Amino acid sequence: MKLFVKGRTPIFGLLAASLVCGNALAASEAYFKSAYAAADAAEKQAGTLRNQWLATESALADAKKAAQQGDFDRAIAAAKEAEALAKASIFQATSEREAWKTLEIR
Amino acid sequence: MAAHIGRVGRISVRWLSIPVVLLLATTCAATADGTDPVREARAFRDYFIQKFPNVKLDDFVNGPYSLNEDMRRQWEEKEQFPPYEFSLETGKELFAKPFANGKHYADCFPDSGIGVRQTYPQFDMKSGKVVTLELALNQCREANGEKPISYTGEDMAALTAYMAFTSRGKPFDIKIPDDPRALEAYENGKRYFYTRRGQLNFSCATCHVQNPGERLRAEVLAPALGILNAMPIYRSEWGGMGTVSRRFITCNSQVRRVPLEPQAEEYRDLEYFLSYVANGLPISGPGSRP
Amino acid sequence: MASSIRVRAIANGDVTEVQTLIQHPMDSGFIKTDKGDFIPAHYITELTFEHNGKPVFIADWGTAVSKDPYVKFAFKGAAKGDDLKVSWIDNKGESDAATFKVQ
Repeated sequence: MKLFVKGRTPIFGLLAASLVCGNALAASEAYFKSAYAAADAAEKQAGTLRNQWLATESALADAKKAAQQGDFDRAIAAAKEAEALAKASIFQATSEREAWKTLEIR
Repeated sequence: MAAHIGRVGRISVRWLSIPVVLLLATTCAATADGTDPVREARAFRDYFIQKFPNVKLDDFVNGPYSLNEDMRRQWEEKEQFPPYEFSLETGKELFAKPFANGKHYADCFPDSGIGVRQTYPQFDMKSGKVVTLELALNQCREANGEKPISYTGEDMAALTAYMAFTSRGKPFDIKIPDDPRALEAYENGKRYFYTRRGQLNFSCATCHVQNPGERLRAEVLAPALGILNAMPIYRSEWGGMGTVSRRFITCNSQVRRVPLEPQAEEYRDLEYFLSYVANGLPISGPGSRP
Repeated sequence: MASSIRVRAIANGDVTEVQTLIQHPMDSGFIKTDKGDFIPAHYITELTFEHNGKPVFIADWGTAVSKDPYVKFAFKGAAKGDDLKVSWIDNKGESDAATFKVQ
């Protein structure tokens, strides 16, 4: 990158770096918010299907707690996991609509 | 547990001949959508009789004790001084205690509530939904100006224990009236029983149809046939008495699924289905389990 | 209110088999309520069976015994119609006692 050419004082580099760092935190929070919203929406949908998993609920709680502590990396990871779990439970509910018949005693 | 898919396949094939023959032989005994509770209940019973030829039909109501000799011995010994005795006495007292308006629980039930447990759950034509014994008790309270009690608490367990005790030995006598809503409730219950749920992806059938008699951690699984006949139960694991509502909720949690509210429609329909397929088997409640 | 002690004592020749069910919370002191407070320890510390005034079975109990304990044992030297006295005392100083006839 031009800002870090050898011999020049990397003032622009430092400035750019600090700007990026400052925005990184804000970007993380925004990213977390959207990740959490997606997970929450998926879990609510699982709720309408009356098939929510305990792991989803605890992942959501973990995400929220991590965010409150400012640890957005962990919060985002937990939110992503919650979304995956919620989606899996939705898949389970919809596929079981037909799949249950395979277990039925006839 | 997930590896038992093969066994499921064999069950379906083995029973394929029977429904084919019946379909050809019967007239319109089944409904338009093919649900025939009478035939299904018979198939349900036959499955367990075939799977456990050494168990007497009535003995299925004793759950794991019908399938495990060692547990049976310990249980028979304990039955001389059953752990549910205290709850039973409390239930008798609670049942006899009048409401603030002077009426009693006895006024809400036929035969004063004595010897009627085996007729629950019932399909209520007026409200169009299944009424379980627990729901009937709270409906009785509310009709007499009392606040409802918790479905998972000790008082409800004590009351249902007493009512079950007065019906001991009487065969389950669940009716599905000639009403599409009743049939639908039965179907819902049946579907719920076989549907997989929770992160462990288990259905009720996974444990109680495919693996009765097997161990799940330290417990021996009970057969689904007659599984509600002993309710409510004193569970050593709980260190106390628990209702049907409590058991359904904890079963859901155990497969890592967020439980529904007590007496949710799904639970009531499930109780309806499970009680119906146990028609003819004696009430053995209140019971004790590990 | 009924006694907390139920007993069945059956004489078979020289040996009498005794079964007991006692109603007691047997709280270990380690369990918390929903609010997060510990339920204080409340358990039977000593259980005694006496036949004709002489102790035939003494149990020293602690927090490891569960709620509503059940005890079964056999002893020699009793006959049908004899008195069997059962008594317990717990860590709070509460107690109960009852006398039963050997059948």
